[in-house]
Amino acid sequence: MKQELARLICQRAKNSRLAWSDQVKLMEETGFNLRIVEDQALAEGILPIRYQRNVHAISIDEQYRLFNSRVAVIGCGGLGGYVIEELARMGVGCITAWDYDYFEEHNLNRQLNAQFDNLGQSKVEAAARRVKKINPAVEFIGLPRKFEEQTGKDFLTGIQVVIDALDNITTRMMLADICRNLNIPLVHGAIGGWYGQVTTQFSGDNTLEQLYGKNQNTRGIEVDQGILSFVPAMVASLQVAEAIKILLGRGDLLRGKVMFINLLDMDIEIMELPSTQ
Amino acid sequence: MIITIKLFASLRLGRFKVRVCEYPEGTTVGQVLDSLSITRQEMEIGIIFINGKRAEFASVLQADDTLAVFPPVAGG
Repeated sequence: MKQELARLICQRAKNSRLAWSDQVKLMEETGFNLRIVEDQALAEGILPIRYQRNVHAISIDEQYRLFNSRVAVIGCGGLGGYVIEELARMGVGCITAWDYDYFEEHNLNRQLNAQFDNLGQSKVEAAARRVKKINPAVEFIGLPRKFEEQTGKDFLTGIQVVIDALDNITTRMMLADICRNLNIPLVHGAIGGWYGQVTTQFSGDNTLEQLYGKNQNTRGIEVDQGILSFVPAMVASLQVAEAIKILLGRGDLLRGKVMFINLLDMDIEIMELPSTQ
Repeated sequence: MIITIKLFASLRLGRFKVRVCEYPEGTTVGQVLDSLSITRQEMEIGIIFINGKRAEFASVLQADDTLAVFPPVAGG
């Protein structure tokens, strides 16, 4: 059956590209679901046209690797909204996202999925609807609940990269511990006012502990400074770039380093933070 | 002794980005922060570096050191 699907995909493709309308027709004709059609196309070296502008920055093989990747995003607010958007547009095949929260009016200044018509609605569910609109081939697992230790461990098993888009130090530290124990790379991002920071922690590193370890407070400068619209967009983009490089095994990472971003003074400072364990 | 102090993010507001200052021998990071009216509460201080290496309030500065101070950032 899969051979027949592969033959039909090759028949429909033009210059090794598959249009969305043909992908939908193939689904209807063969009875295979969207993900199976996409998987088979990429396996044959045929690229859905919506990924065409990813080439040659990444290869078709790498696009296929992204399709078979599993990323978790913890928090669907300012950072998480943009992170999910960019992962889905990149074609990361499976995104698991946590957030127990609902959109409120004061989220409108910076949270991508916050709109007047979904105030009071679940952030995770809004993210799920958004992903369906921009890349329906992505499997989106939305968890409208608090990120807690035991369920966190259960749901993170099998995930290749975790993105920290949380909004408090306590949960960030718990997440960092879980990722370290499960050997999952963690891409951390945090924002406040005009400022942000990004780092990537691998198994065996204690980067977040060094960043926040002795801080008994649960929040930072964002309490006084608020958060401006372009700050989550920028920091989320840096986090997604890190996640994609981890998945593809390419480029240089912010491992053992923290990038501090200051958009008021247009200052970017990278400080070394080698593991002390 | 001469110390270079670099402040980051919101710690610059109403203060400065970089300043070269004179302090007595044996001055600690905490004493420098006190002199700049940066309270030692967690809300104001995130992470401290001396010459690019992590430091604490009690760390003693040496001549020509560069002290870098970052506030905690935790929003999402």
